Amino acid sequence: MDKILDVKNLGVSFHTYAGEVKAVRGINFYLNRGEALALVGESGCGKTVTAKSLMCLNPMPPAEIKDGSSIEYNGQEVLEMSKDELRAFRGAEISMVFQDPMTSLNPTMKIGDQIAESLTTHMKLNKKEALDKAVQMLERVGIPEAEERINSYPHEFSGGMRQRVMIAIALACNPRILIADEPTTALDVTIQAQVLELLKELQNEMGTSIILVTHDLGVVANFADRIHVMYAGKIVEKGTTRDIFYRGEHPYTWALLSSVPDLYAENRKKLYSLEGTPPDLLLPLEGCPFASRCKYCMQICREKMPPKTDINESHSVSCWLKHPSAPKVEKPHILRRDV
Amino acid sequence: MAETTVDEKFEIIGCENSDSEKIVRPTMTYWQDAWRRLKSNNVAMISIVILIALVVMTIIGPHLTPYTHEEMIVEERNMAPSSEHWFGTDELGRDIFTRVWKGGRVSMLIGVVGAFVASFVGCIYGGIAAYFGGTVDDIMMRIVEILVSIPYLIVVILISVLTRSKGMGSILLALCITGWCGTARLVRGQILQLKEKEFVIAAKALGVSDWKIITRHLIPNTLGIIIVSITFDIPGFIFSEAFLSYIGLGVQSPDTSWGAMASAAQNNLMFYPYQLFFPALMIALTMLAFSLLGDGLRDALDPRLRQ
Amino acid sequence: MAKLHEELIQVNNLKKYFRISRKSVLKAVDDVSFSIKKGETLGLVGESGCGKSTCGRTVVGLYDATGGSVLYEGKDVHRLKKDEKLQFKKNAQYIFQDPYASLDPRMTIGDIIGEGMDVHQMHSNEKERTARIHELLELVGLNPEHAVRYPHELSGGQRQRVGIARALAVEPEFIVCDEPISALDVSIQAQIVNLLIELQENLDLTYLFISHDLSMVKHISNRVAVMYLGVIVELASSEELYKNALHPYTKALMSAIPVPDPDVESSRERIILPGDVPSPINPPPGCKFQGRCKYAMPICKEKTPELVDQGDGHFVACYLHNK
Repeated sequence: MDKILDVKNLGVSFHTYAGEVKAVRGINFYLNRGEALALVGESGCGKTVTAKSLMCLNPMPPAEIKDGSSIEYNGQEVLEMSKDELRAFRGAEISMVFQDPMTSLNPTMKIGDQIAESLTTHMKLNKKEALDKAVQMLERVGIPEAEERINSYPHEFSGGMRQRVMIAIALACNPRILIADEPTTALDVTIQAQVLELLKELQNEMGTSIILVTHDLGVVANFADRIHVMYAGKIVEKGTTRDIFYRGEHPYTWALLSSVPDLYAENRKKLYSLEGTPPDLLLPLEGCPFASRCKYCMQICREKMPPKTDINESHSVSCWLKHPSAPKVEKPHILRRDV
Repeated sequence: MAETTVDEKFEIIGCENSDSEKIVRPTMTYWQDAWRRLKSNNVAMISIVILIALVVMTIIGPHLTPYTHEEMIVEERNMAPSSEHWFGTDELGRDIFTRVWKGGRVSMLIGVVGAFVASFVGCIYGGIAAYFGGTVDDIMMRIVEILVSIPYLIVVILISVLTRSKGMGSILLALCITGWCGTARLVRGQILQLKEKEFVIAAKALGVSDWKIITRHLIPNTLGIIIVSITFDIPGFIFSEAFLSYIGLGVQSPDTSWGAMASAAQNNLMFYPYQLFFPALMIALTMLAFSLLGDGLRDALDPRLRQ
Repeated sequence: MAKLHEELIQVNNLKKYFRISRKSVLKAVDDVSFSIKKGETLGLVGESGCGKSTCGRTVVGLYDATGGSVLYEGKDVHRLKKDEKLQFKKNAQYIFQDPYASLDPRMTIGDIIGEGMDVHQMHSNEKERTARIHELLELVGLNPEHAVRYPHELSGGQRQRVGIARALAVEPEFIVCDEPISALDVSIQAQIVNLLIELQENLDLTYLFISHDLSMVKHISNRVAVMYLGVIVELASSEELYKNALHPYTKALMSAIPVPDPDVESSRERIILPGDVPSPINPPPGCKFQGRCKYAMPICKEKTPELVDQGDGHFVACYLHNK
């Protein structure tokens, strides 16, 4: 396995009237070739900001990348790229699918032209070759009668179809990395399943690495190889999908897992719910950001940021419960089904 | 000793739920937020300062000199600016400094009153048309289209014929009759969008009356764009007045306005350019300041730019 | 628990069409019948565009019906006199999907909640009004200090709770919850669902719970109706529906629900429906689902199947089961 993307100590802040909002607070992660990585967390935890900064898409100002941050793509520093280098980098090497398929397509352009646009700029194809390739891509993402559909406008497509078109555009230049930011949140359950299946297929076929950003742990169970759980701009737990689902260690991971409703559970029983709201990222964080919502909060959690504890080489967690002096707590029911 | 504190620190104390619901940011209303953004816009702030200065001068300006705006000093005709007559005198020997501010009152008054009246009428008209929709909307908007198609010059001439007077009143009336159509269309468009919003449907579900929905939900949510449109309308009205006075349909001597002064000065433009310069400068300054302020307000009040 | 026998709402052959142009008609709700008992929760599930929201809005009289009737305690909702209408609006409330669009951005939380109380004159003075607003805020798990805040200062979950408090302010008996959780994070959804269940038990409420998320609907509802393109294709008690779904569409919907367990997920057979929901404008005759159904038979294209009781109040509209 070789790393295609290596993010070190990434910090992103937004300067607003009320002060500096530290949206991402020094996170480290890497992405292997051909791997699917999921960034999971609630809205406002900084997962979208992280995804966007990988492509330098955050508007600056008000955004600011903190000193000491580093994003290395194949050994090349993304944060130091010139405008031209960035333009060539985006689309060709790394591309992104957004949450809302209704607004991310240009309503006045034909679908075919929108797909061909990046092909003509990045792969230097002429118009005809690009349109041929566009038809291929549409067929590839499962749009029937692609030959005719390239002349359609976005409003003629349904939400699920538009998201497929978005995926076709993102993958047209065969990028090495695809960032999917909540690609299924705006879609119906049945369409959500189709789109995830499609992404998985394309990943295997084209060898693309995928970063999936989502708030729903349910959708990543069968999708991601590794999962990073984010809270208040920090990664609180990382591990393989099995580590997180069966051997999760952070109370926040437990809470996220427990809040997915269980189809087989008794009706109208009180659901597990994570009370409260995430902290305002405007505040300086002393101690663990999750402390104010954590059932297992200790005095130390309010005073000092927990250090990262490695469980094994792929699994690490930042929580004071892993400290030798901490009491042993029983994991919630949902994590105890594994052998 | 040290060890016991460490152990105490590792006792589970749980969380108090109320803590995490607290909002730490200071509360900020829409208007406070807009003002904050406007304050950071230098161009808009300079425009405000210029406008305040102009308004203050139109109030106190005429009293700063020993002359009145009608007073003709025959031996001091067409004098260049000097310590006695700061902006010089016109061909009848009247002090231009005094007249500029006196005329400014008329121009400003027509601009501000005209824009407010037109916006008020347009707002109510557009609001009613959009909220009730259907046939009501169709008929009301056709009327607007007919009114828009009549040039306001014809309306002004008609009114001055009908009222048998040419002056501030008839100009104001004529400008108001034709001026509200733009605002009506703008407000109608906004309200058509707003009335489909869920908070309006929620109010309907609660049984809130139509009148209250218009005044409590729809108007406050269009107020931002109405204010912007007023600011952009004012220079339009000022210019219309200047134009009408310039072609002789406006304010009549000895009363004056910036347009009337410019009109009188153009005969002597070759010899006494300063007679045209000062009223023209005031017209330009006022219009520019209002337009720039309008730009700033639009940025400040646009909800899409809110963070 | 409330007694589950009296029927509070009865919907008979409800139709709601929208005229798109001279020739085409959008049949958003096409001949739908169901009833809701007092204290019960009826779930209404379906994909976007299936007419479930239109159905909910027509039931509380926000839209006029094209055909059929909605009876609330025996009275037709769409034929009420003016004062009866106001009373009905107090009894039947609505909670909206989008917590961002459903609160007026220029009003404080206190005024948003108080608006309904003002209309129905439920307080005699300002002090009583404030006290009641604070009480409602606490009821939905917010602090009284939130009353002076503006909607944009609140998070999505907090706003949705304000929406609930607004509906509760007029002390309704019946609430239509129109996708109250689908715009929220999974972790926040549970908060809202728990709150709704708790309020129902304490205040004796009746819900029509509309959602596209079968797992949440199953959790909160006593009975569930599955809607597809303006018609109800299956209606059963929620336990029965999950154990023994009959309609091919219901089965596909259930299999699409993600399970937070990698092993279960990888071994699970998923029914992927081909294509998209067809347009509800000028739909073809016959069963609406036949274009995407792998069991489609010739008869499905000719005649529309009726909703038939399979025993125990399990209704299904499919020729596989109505021989």
